[in-house]
Amino acid sequence: MCTSFGATTCGSRILENFCAPYDATAIRKLLDADAVLIGKTNMDEFAMGSSTENSGLKQTVNPWAPDRVPGGSSGGSAAAVAARLCPVSLGSDTGGSIRQPASFCGVVGLKPTYGRVSRYGLVAYGSSLDQIGPFGRTVADAALMMNVIAGHDPSDSTSVDETVAPVPDYLAGIDEPVEGLRLGVVSAFNAGSEASVQVALNVAIDVYRQAGAEIVEIDLPHFDYAIAAYYVIATAEASSNLARYDGVHYGHRTANPADYIQVYSRSREEALGQEVKRRIMLGTYALSSGYCDAYYLKALKVRNLIRSDLVRAFEQCDAIVMPVAPTTAFKIGEKTDDPLQMYLSDIYTISANLAGIPGISVPCGLDEDHLPIGLQVLAPAFSEAKLLRIARMFEAATDWHRKKPALVE
Amino acid sequence: MSDISYKVIVGLEIHVQLCTKTKMFCSCALGFGEEANSRVCPVCLGMPGSLPVMNGQAVEYSMLAAMALNCEVAPFTKWDRKSYYYPDLPKNYQISQYDLPLGSNGYIEIPLGNGQTKRIRIIRAHLEEDAGKNLHTAGNYSQVDLNRAGTPLLEIVTEPDINSAEEVRALAVELQRIMRYLGVSEGDMQKGHMRFEPNINLAITRPDGEFKTPIVEVKNLNSFRALERSVAYEIERQLDEFLETGRTLEMGNKSTRGWNDDDQVTVLQREKEEAHDYRYFPDPDLVPVTTTPEGLQQIRAQLCELPLLRQRRYVAEYGLSDYDAGVLTAERSTADFFEQTVTAGGDPKRICNLLTQVGLKLANERGGDLPSLGIEPGAVADLAKMTDAGTISATAASTILEAMVETGKAPDILADELNLVQKSDAGELEGIVDQILAENPQVVEQIKSGDKKSKKAMGFLLGQVMQRTKGQANPKVVSEILARKFN
Ligand SMILES: [Zn+2]
Repeated sequence: MCTSFGATTCGSRILENFCAPYDATAIRKLLDADAVLIGKTNMDEFAMGSSTENSGLKQTVNPWAPDRVPGGSSGGSAAAVAARLCPVSLGSDTGGSIRQPASFCGVVGLKPTYGRVSRYGLVAYGSSLDQIGPFGRTVADAALMMNVIAGHDPSDSTSVDETVAPVPDYLAGIDEPVEGLRLGVVSAFNAGSEASVQVALNVAIDVYRQAGAEIVEIDLPHFDYAIAAYYVIATAEASSNLARYDGVHYGHRTANPADYIQVYSRSREEALGQEVKRRIMLGTYALSSGYCDAYYLKALKVRNLIRSDLVRAFEQCDAIVMPVAPTTAFKIGEKTDDPLQMYLSDIYTISANLAGIPGISVPCGLDEDHLPIGLQVLAPAFSEAKLLRIARMFEAATDWHRKKPALVE
Repeated sequence: MSDISYKVIVGLEIHVQLCTKTKMFCSCALGFGEEANSRVCPVCLGMPGSLPVMNGQAVEYSMLAAMALNCEVAPFTKWDRKSYYYPDLPKNYQISQYDLPLGSNGYIEIPLGNGQTKRIRIIRAHLEEDAGKNLHTAGNYSQVDLNRAGTPLLEIVTEPDINSAEEVRALAVELQRIMRYLGVSEGDMQKGHMRFEPNINLAITRPDGEFKTPIVEVKNLNSFRALERSVAYEIERQLDEFLETGRTLEMGNKSTRGWNDDDQVTVLQREKEEAHDYRYFPDPDLVPVTTTPEGLQQIRAQLCELPLLRQRRYVAEYGLSDYDAGVLTAERSTADFFEQTVTAGGDPKRICNLLTQVGLKLANERGGDLPSLGIEPGAVADLAKMTDAGTISATAASTILEAMVETGKAPDILADELNLVQKSDAGELEGIVDQILAENPQVVEQIKSGDKKSKKAMGFLLGQVMQRTKGQANPKVVSEILARKFN
């Protein structure tokens, strides 16, 4: 996220010394609200990753277990809140990059509806999926942050007109339980997770049931195609979004290039990381003439199917609960050699990005290794206020959000 | 050579810079000639995290232009990214329109000079952002100036309906006239507001068959002259090359050439058309443009009478020559001024002469248009009426018009001040005529005798009267008096 102070690196060596001449709108709004910005955090390079291990600059560990990853891509922001370095922070969520690290670090993380928070100044990864959102220790923290950062921004054409979707006071009535809450679950999903995650989810569903919620079994038939569609759309957009990091106008430039082609090729070769290169290649391929129909356009069709699945599901329920990730925080280096395995960390989170709907992760347990587990709640577009109340119902009935890593006990 | 004939086939791609206040996707002002990189912001510099915001005026201008070019205007259009790496393109993609251009299937009527017109079909018209400029200065590096980056460009592509260098020029000139009429572009060639890329080849007929020469695209021409000459040069060159090598059009042998203005030749730039893959896809940072029928109607309401129609109307309605009508309609401001003057009264031909021979000359000298001369159409109409009434001579009218521009005074006052009012008082003039007759008895005799030279003699007497009155006598009235004297 661009700030007019300090460097804006996106965890990449290609922007290692890049200082933005302006603030992102979300940052500007925080500053206008007298927020004290105490620092910027580490992330997977250009938000590409699920463990923050892809940072080209720094390593971030999980405050609950220093040999574990904090999740990603906004791992630094989640870890900072978990380690009590700050009460709240911002992240960006393209495929789960707020919710998954929130889950791994035992904090609350909210991905708002696409268009709710301005993307101006958010360095783009997958422009049609990216959304800025808050981390906090509690649901109220996230609501407080939303009160500051949400709203239309004329500088972002994709930010939504407030006459179409008014911005409510997210804190008002946050403690009021939702009457007659209908909560959707997909039983089949749970099976894909670790036992501890399955148990925590079932317990969480019981908590809601006891709070008076009706549990509704729903069907999301195209859910299995989400990862494939996501990795085509996100990488296609990324291949274009990242084309500007070429060593010509700013950022790292190779020494002594023979010609301008070498300025491009060497600068990028030297300063972009493996995963970023992999996704640029994937995206470039997906957009190439002759392949565009089979990959990119096909993926857009799948995206529409997933969106309509969710719209249909929300006719039956107010919100959907499911795991945030199939596992708790894994060990550093455990999945770095297996990108596909890493991509599967996002299996439960990417549908919300493809459909543009809001999702939240709230702490809902600890596994046998004393690692946090997150509960994901998804709600229809622009219903963040209700989503926060539903999350607060769980939080009010449990004390998982009060658990701290041993580091700060 | 006698058994060979050929047809010239040209399609034209034109980039027209729109005269919006700000760039296509940011709030930087459009400029020309400012210090390098002084009209830039994070958006047009392609900084990380910056986002484009569409300039609605550019879209309206483009739709207006598309309507004037008889295009179908899309009620739903969108923005696409066209990817290629070049240092003057900061994002390494250009925001353009790919499969849903804002205008399509139109045509333009071009004048052929003989009063005839020809219809050239237009394939598409779409809006896009311009790139910056690479400056190849001294040393083993280049510099990039991004002042121009993000400037709104309307790209117009014609069918290959153009069949000569003269037609290419006529189309370019007519397009410039239309864009200026609509007020959507200044069309200033010196500032690169219009850039042309003709695609040229020949269809050759010989006893042994029909042949097409390989297509040549000439890049980036920014004057009418260069456009016309490059096409004329290509016609010659392609014919010679065909006769020499027999090369004909094949898939992939289209080449790109540049125009060398010093040597007046085209120069090969790229032999084979590169297999460009621009990887078009919809720009996720922008929302599609939807226009309601009412919105389109509002834009259509801004359409004015187009120059060629106006030119033809002047010929039919006012009896002007095609040439004069062309001069009057070259600029909308001239034509508007002309019509306001005609409405205020006075003979259209007289007004046309005053405006084209004096008004436009003065405007040109001052580097402005007709209205900038500061004279009122009503005053010019008065001047024309005075001339028609014989109060002043046609020559005096020109003098008075110049004085009007300089002093801002009314024509009748100036006629008095400059002593240019013609003496039309028959009584007064008759006295003078009598004097002259008395002074030239032999001439009078000559006329009375019905001599062959009597006509010339009458002219002599008229000249004497004019001389005596210092040119202020109304020659028409004097002639009448003279005629009466000899009846
Ligand atoms: Zn700008």
